[in-house]
Amino acid sequence: MAAADVAAQPLYRGEPLPVGSKGRLSSGWWGMITVIGTEASLFAYLLFSYFYVGAQTVTRWPPNGPPDLTLAIAGSVLLMLGSVTMWWGEKGVRAGKNGQLLFGLGASVLLAVGFVVLEGIEWSRKTFTFMSNAYGSLYFTITGFHLLHVIVGALMLTMLFVWTLLGYFGVRRHSTVSIAVMYWHFVTIVWVAVFLTFYIAPRTT
Amino acid sequence: MAAVLSGNDALRVPVIARPADDTSIEPRLDRIWETRKGLLGALSSVDHKTIGKRYLVTAFVFLLIGGLEAALMRAQLARPNQTLLSPEQYNQLFTMHGVTMIFLYALPVLSGFSNFLWPLMLGSRDMAFPRLNALSYWLFLFAGIFLYVSFPIGRAPDAGWFNYVPYSSLAYNPGINIDVYALGMVLLGLSTTVGSTNFVVTLIRTRAPGMSINRVPILVWGTLTASVGNLFAVPAVSLAFLMLWMDRRFGSHFFDVSGGGQPLLWQHLFWMFGHPWVYAIVLPAMGIVSDGLPTFCRRPLVGYTAVALATVTTMVLGFGVWVHHMFATGLPPISLSFFSAASFIIVIPSAVAVFAWIATMWTGRPQFTTPFLFFAGFVIVFVIGGVSGFMTAAVPVDTQLTDTYFVVAHLHYVLIGINVLPVAGGIHYWFPKFTGRLMNEKLGKWSFWIMFIGFNVGFFPMHIAGLLGMPRRIYTYPSGLGWDTVNMVITLGAYLFAFGVLLFAINVWRSLRHGERAGPNPWDAPSLEWATASPPPAYNFAVIPTVASRYPLWEDRLTGHEGRSSTGEGMLLDNGRETIGTSALDAVPDVILRMPGDSFAPLLLSLALAISFVGMLIHSWWLFGIAIACSTVAAIAWLWPEAKLGQTMDIARGSR
Repeated sequence: MAAADVAAQPLYRGEPLPVGSKGRLSSGWWGMITVIGTEASLFAYLLFSYFYVGAQTVTRWPPNGPPDLTLAIAGSVLLMLGSVTMWWGEKGVRAGKNGQLLFGLGASVLLAVGFVVLEGIEWSRKTFTFMSNAYGSLYFTITGFHLLHVIVGALMLTMLFVWTLLGYFGVRRHSTVSIAVMYWHFVTIVWVAVFLTFYIAPRTT
Repeated sequence: MAAVLSGNDALRVPVIARPADDTSIEPRLDRIWETRKGLLGALSSVDHKTIGKRYLVTAFVFLLIGGLEAALMRAQLARPNQTLLSPEQYNQLFTMHGVTMIFLYALPVLSGFSNFLWPLMLGSRDMAFPRLNALSYWLFLFAGIFLYVSFPIGRAPDAGWFNYVPYSSLAYNPGINIDVYALGMVLLGLSTTVGSTNFVVTLIRTRAPGMSINRVPILVWGTLTASVGNLFAVPAVSLAFLMLWMDRRFGSHFFDVSGGGQPLLWQHLFWMFGHPWVYAIVLPAMGIVSDGLPTFCRRPLVGYTAVALATVTTMVLGFGVWVHHMFATGLPPISLSFFSAASFIIVIPSAVAVFAWIATMWTGRPQFTTPFLFFAGFVIVFVIGGVSGFMTAAVPVDTQLTDTYFVVAHLHYVLIGINVLPVAGGIHYWFPKFTGRLMNEKLGKWSFWIMFIGFNVGFFPMHIAGLLGMPRRIYTYPSGLGWDTVNMVITLGAYLFAFGVLLFAINVWRSLRHGERAGPNPWDAPSLEWATASPPPAYNFAVIPTVASRYPLWEDRLTGHEGRSSTGEGMLLDNGRETIGTSALDAVPDVILRMPGDSFAPLLLSLALAISFVGMLIHSWWLFGIAIACSTVAAIAWLWPEAKLGQTMDIARGSR
């Protein structure tokens, strides 16, 4: 088989190929999709547990009535804004505007810190604990799991901030940014599911 | 040969080479890919072949440990009223036997095959994430040790491998036994998850050019399906065990009725994971048979597409049958009907595969080698195990048989039949690829017949014991119930089976030293792993193969395909560790992937994670904190963007 034949394989005509970790061609991008798949399952099983225990219970559910919405809505707004600023920042690096990326990363981390603080206040105001009853165990476990994801995500964004300052990313190579940002959007989407489950669903019945 | 900056990107046209014409290529690739000698090399290696062999050996050690546990139990049950084991010891033995076989042997041994074989079958130089591959092995090893840590002091997990609450709740099981099981399973879940991620991305991204999705070996379909299943299923069991641990040690009420929890939540979460897991530990093994049979029947697999689709269908349906483990728990009839029907339907894809194997043998020219015997024996045992599964899918039958030896018979027919027999056949088949030597045929045939006869003598009578009403998990029984003879036969058969496994182990041991040396393709097999040397060089292929059909090495003899595969000439990619990335369906080259070299990060990260679990087990929160901090640092160091990997703007300089 001559060299020309190899190049003449169907669908590949010997054009130059990108080298290394290039956007959606990088293994990491696909790896993150599988991570999100398995993490989404984890939250699905968590919420299943909540609905299962709620459906089987013979007493009032939630035991103290639906939780107050004020702080949760404020937190939701912060997280969603954080996704928007991150989307805008990533759009920047795609166009080679590293300043815009830095600004987006910084804003998203600050918004995440705001969410963590609001969640902390909400936790401290609860009249029940992790040990009070099954609802308390579920509430603190599920919101706690999400909180952990926010903290890990914020840590990832902080590292991206450092790496951007070191000049690692730009128009040619920024797959690390895209991968972490995908995770960040996932954390926001999970919050929507958690919020609907704990705060809205009890109000619909 | 360095990448050039062209416009906005670092681009390169892969050089096409013929290693036969240029003797400098292979030594150069060797220098790039070889792991350094000595202990440091061994601890940092990310070579998928090394990792695959480690998985195989470690899983086999666990198989022997689980087998010894079974041998003790069978000695206790051989006759009525025996006192060899105390009830407490018996509980720990049957629990650890199940845990060991199901979690520490059955999936890891298949991961061993797939880790070693995938890149060779797919025509690549390594898995998509070599370091993650090493991480998944180390985590598996540490989780296995963790699960056995309390065994020597007589405090091993003792509530059965499915660990139902409230038996496993603090009130009825106050020791450390269940905590070891709970935390060990979460740690093992991490290993399974990162391993699954690696398989999925490896399939999607690193197949040789031309290896479109309808040309990959069935083993690849099996492991892919198992991996996708695990990604969705493993979180259920990790979560259940975490909740149980919190119920036991932190006063939560997930499974505790007095606090408003639900004991049945445990069973739901466990079996939502458990049933897909059953398919995860059999589908890759069925893939071994689907790829091995054609070689020994001298013809392509009958119904490749049907078998591939049946593999996927089995897993999809496998997510909808978990309640058949819970038929006796008093769920509403409508739910039982649905899950019973789903359990019947799942027979269809299994039967598709069985008929494909039979047709392959029927229309081929079978060579009665040892691997063929194991594969053919598997088909028989699988049919028996399938029929007993079909029986217990019927709610009224299951109500009668639940928790009897009939179920024990069924699950051993399924797990030994569909996992151990194909694995033994697969070891014989790929042993030359693993080691460069063939296994002894004569000893191999003896070990097959002894295993096959011993297995059936040992496990078929369990059906009868179950129908006679013998419950599972009893440590002894009085005489006069009609169970005496059947139990003696079971024990003798089980020991005969164990003797067969011993012969197999002796054969492996001897063949490592004295086996006949094998060339690249001693069986005249059709797939890509046989195109390279036995054992393969560190870089697998001197040039990336180009694939034009399902059976690249049989193209001379088969008709009905266009184009020719090429292994003698192709992309060289010798600019550091590189392999080709191709598109997900058609395998068209679209990127040159840069691969990481050997690294200590996987070992250190898994060690830190394992120590954090020890901290949780003994409630040492400073140890836990330090270990988590170390894990975080190790993870950041691991993920630090590198020019060498083409992750930063310095890509052009880094790829020089």
